[in-house]
Amino acid sequence: MTMMNIVNQLQGIGVSPGIAIGRARVIRQQEAGMTGVALTDEAAVRREMAQFHDAVGRSTEELTELMAKAETAVAEILEVQVELLHDPMWEGEVLTAIGEDKKNAGDAVLEVTRALVKTFGDMEDEYLRARAADIADIGKRVMRHLRSEERTREGAADIPEGYERGGPWRSRPNEVLSGSVVPGRDRDGAMNAVDGADTILVATDLSPSDLIALDISRVIGFATRAGGKTSHASIVARLRGIAAVAGCGEGLDAIADGDMLVLDGATGILLVSPAPEVVEQYIERRKEQLATTRFLQSLKSKEAITMDGTAVHLSANIGSIEDMEQALEYGAQGVGLLRTELLFMQSNSLPTEEEQFIFYKNILVRAAGRPVTIRTLDIGGDKALPYLPLPKEDNPFLGYRAIRISLDQKDLFLTQLKAILRASVFGECRILLPMIGSVQELRQAKTLIAEAKEVLTKQLLPYDADIRTGIMIEVPSAAIMADQLAKEADFFSIGTNDLCQYTLAVDRMNEKIKALYDPFHPAVLRLIRSVIEQGYLHHIPVEMCGELAGDPQATLLLLGMGLRDFSMNAPSIPVVKNIILQTNMTVARAVCHQEMNKIV
Amino acid sequence: MITKDYIIRAPEGIHARPAAALVKLTRQFKATIHLQKGEKKVLLNSLLNLLSVGAKGGDTITLFIEGEDESVAADMLDRFFNDLKE
Repeated sequence: MTMMNIVNQLQGIGVSPGIAIGRARVIRQQEAGMTGVALTDEAAVRREMAQFHDAVGRSTEELTELMAKAETAVAEILEVQVELLHDPMWEGEVLTAIGEDKKNAGDAVLEVTRALVKTFGDMEDEYLRARAADIADIGKRVMRHLRSEERTREGAADIPEGYERGGPWRSRPNEVLSGSVVPGRDRDGAMNAVDGADTILVATDLSPSDLIALDISRVIGFATRAGGKTSHASIVARLRGIAAVAGCGEGLDAIADGDMLVLDGATGILLVSPAPEVVEQYIERRKEQLATTRFLQSLKSKEAITMDGTAVHLSANIGSIEDMEQALEYGAQGVGLLRTELLFMQSNSLPTEEEQFIFYKNILVRAAGRPVTIRTLDIGGDKALPYLPLPKEDNPFLGYRAIRISLDQKDLFLTQLKAILRASVFGECRILLPMIGSVQELRQAKTLIAEAKEVLTKQLLPYDADIRTGIMIEVPSAAIMADQLAKEADFFSIGTNDLCQYTLAVDRMNEKIKALYDPFHPAVLRLIRSVIEQGYLHHIPVEMCGELAGDPQATLLLLGMGLRDFSMNAPSIPVVKNIILQTNMTVARAVCHQEMNKIV
Repeated sequence: MITKDYIIRAPEGIHARPAAALVKLTRQFKATIHLQKGEKKVLLNSLLNLLSVGAKGGDTITLFIEGEDESVAADMLDRFFNDLKE
């Protein structure tokens, strides 16, 4: 007896790292279509209207239940959906379509939803455009309840009294709205628990409500036909540490329930029914990955000290409270850079002093006494805020940005400073000013900090009067004039990304010349070393929060230069720590000497 | 009937929470309240209606308030639009 063994490899986008080996659970997508059945008497009209109200009622109940289980961000989406479900305009138009156009409830909902999705989908405003997805989602939900009602009628061979066939009686698939997720063959759409351990979900895409509704506690991987890094399923996968591959394409349709799958969330590879040897290989690889992760985890509480006793401080760069949690998991000794842009970018309007205060305070409280360095707003023509339009510039990197905006729009800056100062009593807090290019700019900023303090004093609000103020060294002029700046700043933090691109005159986003972007260029290294030296001479700490700080290839070099404070993305901390633990300063200085003098 | 013009001062227009809040506020009154921007005039009891107007920062909108509690409604709406800056 021969057995056909089809080995199939799909290449998707790796969206959440990890290797998953398990059985497929295929999530079918129900797609609703128009039936074309018309209503011929008033009793049918009344019945369809009642069914519509009933479906809306049941949809609301469902959403309310889901909201209770959801993470805050998802719950907010669902809250808007409940509001839309009861919107008089949508309700009114559906009832008109039933009552006047004599359409059955399902067709009426499809028609109204389709028109609204189109109206909103065509809008210029991004926020309004995004509402199209919400409208489609509620349309789907209501349809599911209506169609489950309809199916009870499908049994009858004839059209019931009061209805007239205008088209196919059964739903036509693949029309209008893509339907809700229905696990397996369960057409009622009850969101069943996904049973069995080591399950890999296979679906076209998973919407927010699907993801909350499915019990994914036993799921070890996702593979989706569509989507990318930012789709909802990918975000949830990363949040929960589940391996995931998105954008697998049509090849995914061939997968059946129970198929053996191997999924590599780092490379984006998905193997369908692989040979046992291949599975063995992946089991080995998974073991190695787990061992590495465990080893790095074991370093978490170890101090970063070289073999000859030089202690190094390793902190994290963060942008949110979630990042803060992650930083602590990786053993960060503090926050070397809190980017405040993310808070501003995620808001629909300028965050108020109160909103900012709460955000900074929560991070300081979570840091539990570890130092937290808060960088003031760093935006510009290339990353503008929707509610703070900035003119388009020919050279946004050389333009109106970061501290230049803060010193110009004083109210904006004062609001942020007051919020930081008020939060400063909740921990070890420092202020970091981005893109300072001269002593004058630093002095102006310090004057405004003093002004913010005065206002708070008058308002009888507490703050840390001795809060330290440091500057980013990321503009060559600041690096060159570090001796003067060191007399007036409490600390330096070197931003290698901008320092490198300004020093080498290379835009690293420019595909054609990005090879010229080299933070190991001796010109950049000499600037960095001279900044570190000036810090030592003037007894102020020098830290580094640019990408170079987290690059394991730069660790020895930077140690050799005299850097003792590194701040990086949290996952790099154990990697860099491992290097520090195994080296000594003689080696580090030798590496430094060699790099600084290489000829390029 | 009370008629009043407002310039939307929030740069992003009437979005998300403010929009939901405005619709909720409107529903508290017996008065019938319409909002007009340019040619488009809608009944202000619906979030979809309000959003479909697409009022942006800097736009001028007109409110038409009619009903027994119209003066209370006008006062409350006045406060709402004056607070809608940030």
